[in-house]
Amino acid sequence: MSAGLLILIKFTLLSGIVLMYVALGGCFSEHSGVINIALEGVMVIGGLFGILTVCCIPKNLPSFLIVTISILVAMISGMIYSSLLAFASINLKADQTIGGTALNILATAIALVVVKHYNSTITTNNAQSPKLNYDNSLFIFNVGPFTLNVFIILGIVLLVLSYFVLYKTRFGLHLRACGEHPQAADSVGINVYKMRWAGVLISGALAGIGGMAYIVPSVQEWNFEVGVGGMGFLALAVMIFGKWNPGYIFLGSLFFAVFKSLANIYDSTFLASFHLTKEIYNMMPFIASLVVLMFTSKNSKAPKAEGIPYDKGMR
Amino acid sequence: MKKGIAIISSIVCILVGLLFGLILLCIIDPADSISLGFSPLILSGLSTAFDPNWIAAGTNLMKLGQEIANAMPIIMTGLSVAFAFKMGLFNIGAAGQYTLGAFGALYCALVLKCPWYVCLLAATLLGAIWGMLPGLLKAYLNINEVISCIMLNWIGLYGVNTIMCSNDKMFNSSQAKAYQVGVVNKSALIPDSIFGWNISETFNYAATNTGIIFAVVIAIIILIVLNKTTFGYELKACGYNKDAAKYAGINDKRNIILAMVISGALAGFGAGLFYLSGTVQWNPLDSTALPAAGFDGITVALLGLVNPIGCIFSGLFISHISVGGTMMQQSIFPSEISQLITGLIVYLCAFSPIMQEKLTKLFEAHKKIKHDVNKEEK
Repeated sequence: MSAGLLILIKFTLLSGIVLMYVALGGCFSEHSGVINIALEGVMVIGGLFGILTVCCIPKNLPSFLIVTISILVAMISGMIYSSLLAFASINLKADQTIGGTALNILATAIALVVVKHYNSTITTNNAQSPKLNYDNSLFIFNVGPFTLNVFIILGIVLLVLSYFVLYKTRFGLHLRACGEHPQAADSVGINVYKMRWAGVLISGALAGIGGMAYIVPSVQEWNFEVGVGGMGFLALAVMIFGKWNPGYIFLGSLFFAVFKSLANIYDSTFLASFHLTKEIYNMMPFIASLVVLMFTSKNSKAPKAEGIPYDKGMR
Repeated sequence: MKKGIAIISSIVCILVGLLFGLILLCIIDPADSISLGFSPLILSGLSTAFDPNWIAAGTNLMKLGQEIANAMPIIMTGLSVAFAFKMGLFNIGAAGQYTLGAFGALYCALVLKCPWYVCLLAATLLGAIWGMLPGLLKAYLNINEVISCIMLNWIGLYGVNTIMCSNDKMFNSSQAKAYQVGVVNKSALIPDSIFGWNISETFNYAATNTGIIFAVVIAIIILIVLNKTTFGYELKACGYNKDAAKYAGINDKRNIILAMVISGALAGFGAGLFYLSGTVQWNPLDSTALPAAGFDGITVALLGLVNPIGCIFSGLFISHISVGGTMMQQSIFPSEISQLITGLIVYLCAFSPIMQEKLTKLFEAHKKIKHDVNKEEK
C-alpha cells in the first residue's frame, strides 16, 4: 500500500466519522419533525466543553475514565444546548430555522468568551487567546499501520444502534410518525411534543460528540475563532445525500470525507499534476449534494412534516 | 397599535439580551463590570463623542463614524434577508451573495480599474446571480431554499478564494491579502462628499462615506416597492398564502425568482459598499468562515421587524454594540460578548410572534377593564 493511499484512508476516517455522527444527529431530529440547522453550533459547544474537561480533569485518573467522562460531558453539553432549540421550536412554536441560526451565531460567541476567560484565569501572560491547548494522546491508538481513535469505534457502535433504534423499535416508529404526520401520531396516543424533544436531544448528544471528534483526534491546539469550519452544514448535506437513512448516511459521509481529505493531501500525491487547488476539492461535495438534490427533489425522502411546528389545536 | 406592539416586542428582546450581557459581565469580573464593561458596551461611540479629551484631539466622532461604516453592509444584508422574508423565503445565503458581491467589486476595481459606480454595479449583478440560483431551484425543482443557500454559500466562498488567489493583480502575496483598493485604483473608492459635505472628514474616519446615504435611499426604495407597487403586493400575497395567491392568478414561480434576485442584489451591493470604502481588505486565504455580515443580516432583519426602515435602525444598533464590545477593557472582558448579546437577541426574536400575541391580549384585557369601569360609573 502506498503512503499516499494510507494518508488518504486516515484522513477519510477522521472526517468521515465526524460527518457521520452529526448527520445521524440531524437524522434523528428531522425524523421527529424538527429541522436542526443549529448542528454547527451544537458541535462547537460539545467540542468546547469536552476539551475543557480534558484540560481540567485531574491527570492521575485512569485514562479510560478521562476519555469516558470527557465524551459524556461533550454529549450532555450538546443536549443542553440543543434543548434551547427544542424549547423554542416545540413548546413556543417559534420558527425552527430562525432559532437554529440564532444558536449558531450564539455558539461561536459563547465559545470565544469562555475560552478567553479560561485562558486569562490559568495564565497571566497569554490572556485573551482564543486558542485552547490540550493533550489528545489518550484518545489515539495504533493498530498496525493505522492510527485510530476512540471516536471511530464509538461511531460504528452508534451507527448500528441508531439504525436499530430508528427502524426496529417502537420508539423509532413513533419518532418517525411524528415527522411524517404528527396529527395521525397524536390521534393514536403518541405524545408528539415528547417525541420531538427526544429527537432534538438525541441529535444534540450526537452532534456534541461529533464536535469533539472533529477537534480532538487531529490536533493538540484549537482556535475557537473558526468554530468547526462549516462541518455542521456539511453534515446537513450528508444527511440529505444519505436520504435520512443511517446506512446511506454512512456511505454519504465517507464519500464527502474522501473529497475533504483530497483537499488536505492533494499536493503530495499524483493529484498535484491536475493543478487544482485545495478549494476546488473542498467545493466538490457541496456541488455533488446540490446535484443530488436536483435529481431527487421530485421524490424526496424528507420527513413530510419537518419544519412545521405541531399545534394540538390545528387538527 | 399593531406596529407599536411589534416595536415593544423588539425592544423587550434587546433589553433581555443586554440584561444577559450584564449578568455575564458580572460573572467575569463583578468589580469592574459596570465601569469598564457595561457602560462602554452600551454607550459605544457615544461615550467618546462628548468626552472633552477626545473633542480636544478632534477625533471625538471617530467611533461613531466606525459604527456607521460597519452598519452600511449589515443594513444592506438585513434588507436582503427582509425582502426575501416578505415572500416567505429565508435567505440564509446572504453570506454567499455578499461574498460574490465583494468579488465583483474587487475584480472591477483591481483588475479592470473601473470607476466606483461600475464596481458597485458589478457587485450588485454578481450578488443577484448568486441569489437567482436558489430562486430557480426553489421555483422549478422545489428544493428548500435554506439548504441550497447553505451549499451555495460555501461553493461561492471556495470559488471566489480560488480565483482571487490565482490572480496576481488581486492577490498581494507579500501581505497574504487582496490589494488595497485605495492604493491601486483611487477612482474605485466610493466618494466621501455629497453636496459639498465631506462625510469622512466630519467623522475623521476614512471608511465613513456616502455609502450610508446609498443604504438609506435603497431602504426607502424597497419600502415603496413593497407597499406601493403591484409587484410588492403580489410578493406579500405569496408570502402570506402561496396557494391563495396562485388561485388569484399571481405567478408564484416568477415572484420567487425575482424576490431572490433582488435579495441577492441587495446583499451584493452591501459588499460593494463595504469593500470599496477603502480600509478593509479581503483575505482569500481564509476559507474557514463565511463573512459575518451575511449572518448579521438575519439579526438586522428580524430585529428590524422585517421592515426596511426598521432595518436601518437595527443595523445601526447592532453595529453600535459590536463597536462597544471592542471598547470594553479587553484584558478583562472579551469583545465577543457583544456578539453573544446579538445571538441572544436573534434567539429571542424567534419568539416575537408569540410575544406580540401575548402583548396584544394584555392590552385588550386592559382596555376592557377600563371600558367596564367607565360603564359602571355611568
